[in-house]
Amino acid sequence: MAGPGGDMQWCFSQVKGAIDDDVAEADIISTVEFNHTGELLATGDKGGRVVIFQQEIENKNQPQFRSEYNVYSTFQSHEPEFDYLKSLEIEEKINKIRWLPQKNAAQFLLSTNDKTIKLWKISERDKRPEGYNLKEDDGRYKDPNSITSLQVPVLIPMDLMVEASPRRVFANAHTYHINSVSVNSDNETYLSADDLRINLWHLEITDRSFNIVDIKPANMEELTEVITAAEFHPHQCNTFVYSSSKGTIRLCDMRASALCDKHSKLFEEPENPSNRSFFSEIISSISDVKFSHNGRYMMTRDYLSVKIWDLNMENRPVETYQVHEYLRSKLCSLYENDCIFDKFECCWNGNDSVVMTGSYNNFFRMFDRGHRRDITLEASRENSKPMQVLKPRKVCTGGKRKKDEISVDSLDFNKKILHTAWHPQDNIIAVATTNNLYIFQDKVN
Amino acid sequence: MSATTAMEVNIEAKRILAVSISKLYASRTQRGGLRLHRSLLLSLVMRSARDIYHASRECEAPSEAQSAPEEPMDTGSSPEEASRQPEPQLATSGAETCSDSEEPASDAEEYDCEIAEDKENLSPARQSRKRRGKASAAPDFLPSKRARLEPGEERHAAPLGSCRAGAGDSLTTLSLNRVIPAF
Repeated sequence: MAGPGGDMQWCFSQVKGAIDDDVAEADIISTVEFNHTGELLATGDKGGRVVIFQQEIENKNQPQFRSEYNVYSTFQSHEPEFDYLKSLEIEEKINKIRWLPQKNAAQFLLSTNDKTIKLWKISERDKRPEGYNLKEDDGRYKDPNSITSLQVPVLIPMDLMVEASPRRVFANAHTYHINSVSVNSDNETYLSADDLRINLWHLEITDRSFNIVDIKPANMEELTEVITAAEFHPHQCNTFVYSSSKGTIRLCDMRASALCDKHSKLFEEPENPSNRSFFSEIISSISDVKFSHNGRYMMTRDYLSVKIWDLNMENRPVETYQVHEYLRSKLCSLYENDCIFDKFECCWNGNDSVVMTGSYNNFFRMFDRGHRRDITLEASRENSKPMQVLKPRKVCTGGKRKKDEISVDSLDFNKKILHTAWHPQDNIIAVATTNNLYIFQDKVN
Repeated sequence: MSATTAMEVNIEAKRILAVSISKLYASRTQRGGLRLHRSLLLSLVMRSARDIYHASRECEAPSEAQSAPEEPMDTGSSPEEASRQPEPQLATSGAETCSDSEEPASDAEEYDCEIAEDKENLSPARQSRKRRGKASAAPDFLPSKRARLEPGEERHAAPLGSCRAGAGDSLTTLSLNRVIPAF
């Protein structure tokens, strides 16, 4: 697969997380997101924790440079809650993390569980005051009679401490489960989407939000589709898209009206009738939608494929990539073991030339749009020697299995890669298996 | 379409229905509560399986008056049924003749149902003075099972399945339309 300067060769860089095969449920990674510079990498897990890694950039000018990501901050973002009115437990699992563009020394991110969004401030402290007049250094109050002179406290260096504090809590605005959060390009507002509604918030205001999309039918028995993902356009602050369980994407313009129930564009590809089965509706449900960085395209992920849409063409995608077509004949088993409900995400590389998504058996796939090439790679502890080049993997779909190929029936469906992220500028990727985070980089970085 | 293929489809549809219902019940005890998206997808699969089950039963025993369940409230059903014709699992010619012969039978059945339905729809004046509502009606905190009508809308015949007391059908009518109102 050719990138600028030759073929990309992906190498193992780091793996984070326990080596244990016995995975604690709280450690299951539920979201991965680079910040806008790529210096920080955040993960959220089922236990409600957020772990932020920071890239060490001192050696950037040296050849064979390895971008090392080390733990920068860990904090408990959400706790389990109980809705007494409905007798429902609210999971603390972090569904999404979105970084705000950096405005000052501190970093800000939005993290959300099923019901509540929180704005976290992550700041560094590397100095502390010393020499108070009324207090000892350990905090005990001095005896006032012992004070004979006045001193000015001074700031002295200390070991770097990274503090995370919740600055805003945006609660009680969603009846259904939040699936998306997206920060607007205006850096003042953001949207949050649940199964039936999308709300618009101002980052400073927590006690109210505007409902901009509501697809709840008057009679719930008439419900035919739900919202599965939503995202703001990267440059146009009035434009956002939301995808549905029926495989459609609607583009809305907030200038048209306060309530964007009427879409400006509807993107839908007619179904191929020869592919019809019991499970057609499930596999056409879109699990993720992402705008390209340049804002001209958007990518959607459904169960078996990745589609790239030109915003100017609504009736079909411009590109379709099969992620694991060999699963089409296995849909019944995948329905029984619940895998058919897995929600895979997808992501663009920095210059929108390559897209990536996950699959089973800890495989992940990259599609090079320009060169019409694709590659399957595996995230596993066996390929985890430093700078070890990843060997392309291949799934044997029938007939004679070649050496190094793996047959469909040998795939481990418990090992799934749902969350992947690509550094905004460099060829560094973060791939989350169930409870481990793998970082790979292009050899010629 | 051969009888064995119809039977295989029948068995497959029943199996999927059974799996779906067990998933539906399992999801009620899931942490975080019922997931609307998942429940919707389950109900769509169940609906597909039920339709195919009925269609294949019709082909097996055409004398038995079955009909494709009418879902007046489901706007997605008609395109689904139309596109189901070239379904590779059902031999196309067999399915087509099956569904064509269903229509007249279903009309007759619907009429019967409608009459039965109307008895329930009597105007308040004709209801007995005894407040049977208290004892037999569902408690107010549960969602109403009757569709709320828009002005000018008529009440359509209930789906055939709910009028029948067939053992096989009870499986299918169980929670399809009841899943979503649970929210």
